[in-house]
Amino acid sequence: MTPPLPGRGHALHLLTQMLRVRRFEERCAELYSAGRIRGFLHLYIGEEAVATGALRALTPDDALLCTYREHGHALIRGVPMDRVMAEMFGKQEGCSRGRGGSMHLFDAAHRLYGGNAIVAGHLPLAVGMALGDRMAGRERVTTVFFGEGAVAEGEFHESMNLAALWKLPVVFACENNGYAMGTALERSESQTSLTAKAASYGMPAVSIDGMDVLAVERDFRHIVDAVRATGSPAFVELKTYRFRAHSMFDAELYRDRDEVELWKKRDPIATFLARMVDAGVLGAQDLERVEAKVQEELAAAVAFAEAGTWEPVEELTKDVYTEAGR
Amino acid sequence: MSEVTYREAVRMALREAMTNDPRVFLMGEDVGRYGGSYACSMGLLEEFGEDRIRDTPLSESGFTGAGIGAALVGMRPIVEIMTVNFSLLALDQIVNNAATLRHMSGGQVSVPVVIRMSTGAGKQLAAQHSHSWEGFYAHVPGLKVVSPATVVDARGMLLAALEDPDPVVIFEHSGLYNSKGEMPDPPPKVDLSTARIAREGTDVTLITHGGCLQRTLDAATALAERGVSAEVIDLRVLRPLDWDTVLASVARTHRAVVVDEGWKSWGFSAEVSARIAEDGFWTLDAPVRRVAGVEVPIPYPQHLEQASIPRTPQIVEAALQAVGRG
Ligand SMILES: Cc1ncc(C[n+]2csc(CCOP(=O)(O)OP(=O)(O)O)c2C)c(N)n1
Repeated sequence: MTPPLPGRGHALHLLTQMLRVRRFEERCAELYSAGRIRGFLHLYIGEEAVATGALRALTPDDALLCTYREHGHALIRGVPMDRVMAEMFGKQEGCSRGRGGSMHLFDAAHRLYGGNAIVAGHLPLAVGMALGDRMAGRERVTTVFFGEGAVAEGEFHESMNLAALWKLPVVFACENNGYAMGTALERSESQTSLTAKAASYGMPAVSIDGMDVLAVERDFRHIVDAVRATGSPAFVELKTYRFRAHSMFDAELYRDRDEVELWKKRDPIATFLARMVDAGVLGAQDLERVEAKVQEELAAAVAFAEAGTWEPVEELTKDVYTEAGR
Repeated sequence: MSEVTYREAVRMALREAMTNDPRVFLMGEDVGRYGGSYACSMGLLEEFGEDRIRDTPLSESGFTGAGIGAALVGMRPIVEIMTVNFSLLALDQIVNNAATLRHMSGGQVSVPVVIRMSTGAGKQLAAQHSHSWEGFYAHVPGLKVVSPATVVDARGMLLAALEDPDPVVIFEHSGLYNSKGEMPDPPPKVDLSTARIAREGTDVTLITHGGCLQRTLDAATALAERGVSAEVIDLRVLRPLDWDTVLASVARTHRAVVVDEGWKSWGFSAEVSARIAEDGFWTLDAPVRRVAGVEVPIPYPQHLEQASIPRTPQIVEAALQAVGRG
């Protein structure tokens, strides 16, 4: 069933969020080529509907853990764009003081716990956070995003089992973009139905069209509400596709151009916009206005990052341990 | 003053901590119904219930990570890993998460988790249950690593670790659980920062920790009979190590022998002797000597097992060499 049409304000919000992520990352790619951003850079382009739709269901108090492909999640969660951009540059004004870079965006105030770059390594953390919340009597939901590549890791299975066994409020949100670097799902999994795998742990497991922001929003909320109500975990597969290379070091030898082009026809932003314009919810001039606003925010973020400062070398070892009095 | 076993001292600390702080809980394989693989938590399930004496599945990475996650949201988890060798399955969580999260997030989060594990050889458990990984963990910035050798430390260090805001790994030598010692009444508070001079002496400093302490004290007694006055340092805390106490002692005796059950190459004893060479070279009258694990996977038969770890006669011999009587 297709989700009902959103109101104008709602549609504008979704469009704005997706465009913020898209334009931010396009700019990051340029800044990478210009040498302003270094290290690994994993773009979310093509997958924006997932974080945009899904995070709508979380309350400010809910914890969120992501992978290294998390710029979108951070921006949509509310981490200011300038602090995210400063982090990309490695400046101390960044959301992790510049120490993490692209792969490790943290913002405790927004309850964003990374930016984690060990595939599946953050899943046990999510289980523990939910356990701690439960034991302390806090009614929060912990959502952990990961790619389908993580499903082959032991830590995925250990975490699914623990969360189900202990009935913990964790949403396991699997962003299935078809490839783990160059390895297609069919080439790495004996059982390619991720929901079948997940269901074997005795938890609800659903698959959502991750290219349709409205479907993600509706169905993900359904899951989060259920997890909140039952206090027990659920698994969600978000079917999506990354339009860009895995990272900036990827010749993309493992997939056909045609396949990429086919998926691009399902661009979550373009299709959403077209639908909203068709239905008369948004007008053609809306896009211009949103674009202008996003460009303004982006320009300010880049300027903020450029003007940012390097953490003094004297602080190199600060926060390896908690200093007295903190 | 009363005589207690090391195991009872650990249990005392567990009980005290659980009673005084509702945030504290114990989890691990067979800590509940079974009573702990080394019986440290025997009886605690009945006292504190399944939530706080939490049996886990065989998922070292999963439940260690869950402990880290629970610590992130303010709990004070004690994770028990049956044996040091099994902790290798949780290395990802300990090294990539517990040790990094604070620094990598720019100081936004802390990880007050306590991870206990049994270590060492001597029980004829062969090559997959007998190793000493203290040196490996002590290698990792972000972790604190302690090695209680006495009943006072077995109790006190666990309590101190729970008060510490950072991840603390506690090594309990399996040969010590049945050992007995005097526990003062009231039991003293101990710190996680200083080494202890276990026996004073003037001719040579014997530096050790954990399961090797008694053998080293025995060596000092044997040396005294031969007219050599040996000072014995129980390091207690392996990271951060109290170099002041070590170097001051070596400056008095001018001779040092490092005793450690771990393998010699690249190991804990290598670091201690390198540091003495670096910072105490001009106080030395003889090369630093080491008595360490022989470089084999620990074998099963008792005579071979004993031949692969430091024994009292070897320590005596190394000390005699150091004082020029070998
Ligand atoms: C434990 C581990 N193994 C390997 C890698 C290297 N690596 C980084 S991303 C990646 C692919 C992961 O794919 P997936 O989970 O599907 O997420 P995606 O990158 O597609 O978002 C690999 C193999 C890693 N970071 N961690």
